[in-house]
Amino acid sequence: MLELFRYDFMVHAFEAGTIVAVVAGAIGYFVVLRGSAFAAHALSHIGFAGATGAVVLGLSPIVGLLVFTVGSGVAIGALGNRIRGRDVTIGIVLAWTLGLGVLFLSLYRGYATEAYALLFGQILGISTADVAITLGAAVVTVAGLIAMYRPLLFSSVDEDLASAKGVPVTALSIAFMAVLAVAVTEAVQVVGVLLIFALIVTPAAIAVRFTSRPPVAILAGIGLAVAFTWAGLTIAYYSPHPVSFFITSLAFATYLAVRLSEPIRDRLRKAAG
Amino acid sequence: MIEAAIVAADLAAAYGARPIWSGANFSVPTGSFTAVLGPNGSGKSTLIRMILGQLAPARGRLEVLGGRPHRGNPNIGYVPQGSSFDPDLSIRGWDFVGLGIDGHRWGMRLAGRENAEGQARTAIEAVGATGYADMSVGRVSGGEQQRLLLAQALVGRPRLLVMDEPLSHLDVRNQRAMVQLISEVARERGLTVLLIAHDVNQLLAHIDHVLYIAQGKLAMGRPQDIITSARLSEIYSSPVEVIKDSHGRLFVVGLEEEVSHPHA
Repeated sequence: MLELFRYDFMVHAFEAGTIVAVVAGAIGYFVVLRGSAFAAHALSHIGFAGATGAVVLGLSPIVGLLVFTVGSGVAIGALGNRIRGRDVTIGIVLAWTLGLGVLFLSLYRGYATEAYALLFGQILGISTADVAITLGAAVVTVAGLIAMYRPLLFSSVDEDLASAKGVPVTALSIAFMAVLAVAVTEAVQVVGVLLIFALIVTPAAIAVRFTSRPPVAILAGIGLAVAFTWAGLTIAYYSPHPVSFFITSLAFATYLAVRLSEPIRDRLRKAAG
Repeated sequence: MIEAAIVAADLAAAYGARPIWSGANFSVPTGSFTAVLGPNGSGKSTLIRMILGQLAPARGRLEVLGGRPHRGNPNIGYVPQGSSFDPDLSIRGWDFVGLGIDGHRWGMRLAGRENAEGQARTAIEAVGATGYADMSVGRVSGGEQQRLLLAQALVGRPRLLVMDEPLSHLDVRNQRAMVQLISEVARERGLTVLLIAHDVNQLLAHIDHVLYIAQGKLAMGRPQDIITSARLSEIYSSPVEVIKDSHGRLFVVGLEEEVSHPHA
């Protein structure tokens, strides 16, 4: 097992992967509760255009990613409730931004590797500096989530009620999407824009099927995201296949197992009660 | 002690340039149970938004519990319209009711946990929801969801309870039980209740006043004065008949269409 950590790139992968998994698992709970999984997905795709655009301009792709995801996150958040049921609009915008990303990529010479890393993650290529940046971004997102925990929970459950109680629901929606944008930007490093669901949505979606206590669901989501990342990295180390494949497959298999076992668990519960 | 819980003087409501209703003069006595009636789109929810401080009066004066209406008034318990939870919404009844206590505060609940749990327990017991408060709110029945919503509204010990169509998703048996419960809780706690409804039949035995809104006007009266064939037909601009059964109970016939399509 220790053999795994002989290489710096594996140590960095575990460090960054763990940080990202903690953030993704925590924010994923609210993404699932608010029904904004598609918005999270859209953010990552829009971010792709930003990342590739930044590369063309000779900037770091992470800068472009962050600017585009936060920008579109704030826009989506400002639309608030009006965005619900706008799947078609979001879909059209994200398809266009992906196309924009392809254009930017064709303008850049280092095409293939850069594109591959953005789309599917590049966790084995993370430097010490990247780990530090990831940690900084993680502290910001987690602090943001803790600060808005109760009103965010309230407005996610019943926006009308929360608003009547004096919760600034629109401002909160914008703040949440901005924090989500930072989290998405971090997660892209690990799983890429196409596989963002595996870390942000799937662990939380599994957790809420087990518990309806919010703090327990958040901790369970974090635990699952970390477990998928560690297991994915470990398996990938001993195999020629990409890390992202193992992380997403583990997440999917767990979700499937939980859903399929639900009728059995219900029956057991009834038999016990 | 304030004489009236809600006082309106020459009150008018409008969304931008579009007038909803105007010239409203009424007063809701403290501790009374008032039903708000009127056809769809007449501005019943608009009145509630004004009471909650979410919409400013276009003209006139509105006083709620002796002060100007403002958002987040802790003395008002509120049950919003169309409140039925998504089946996948995974949050326990306990946690949902708890949001009524401090859900509007920033951060996480650090201190006062026992106090909050005690308040939630009292409210959940008051509505008889103890048996299913441990379950996810999306998984309990419509009647049980309404009880949890009521518990959430009661948790801060408000003086005024404002409910926007709490009965519209329930069957007749549950409607009757819910009205009975609201009425009992209100009497015990000296609460003033303002409740928007479509079907007045289940309410008649419990309400003190009817506030009706129709065709841009708003008026208040005793149920026996307003629940008459002539007045209701006028309010809804369609034939409505009020029938008295052998026990002297009133039944309203002709609003079924309104009841079955509450959001049409």
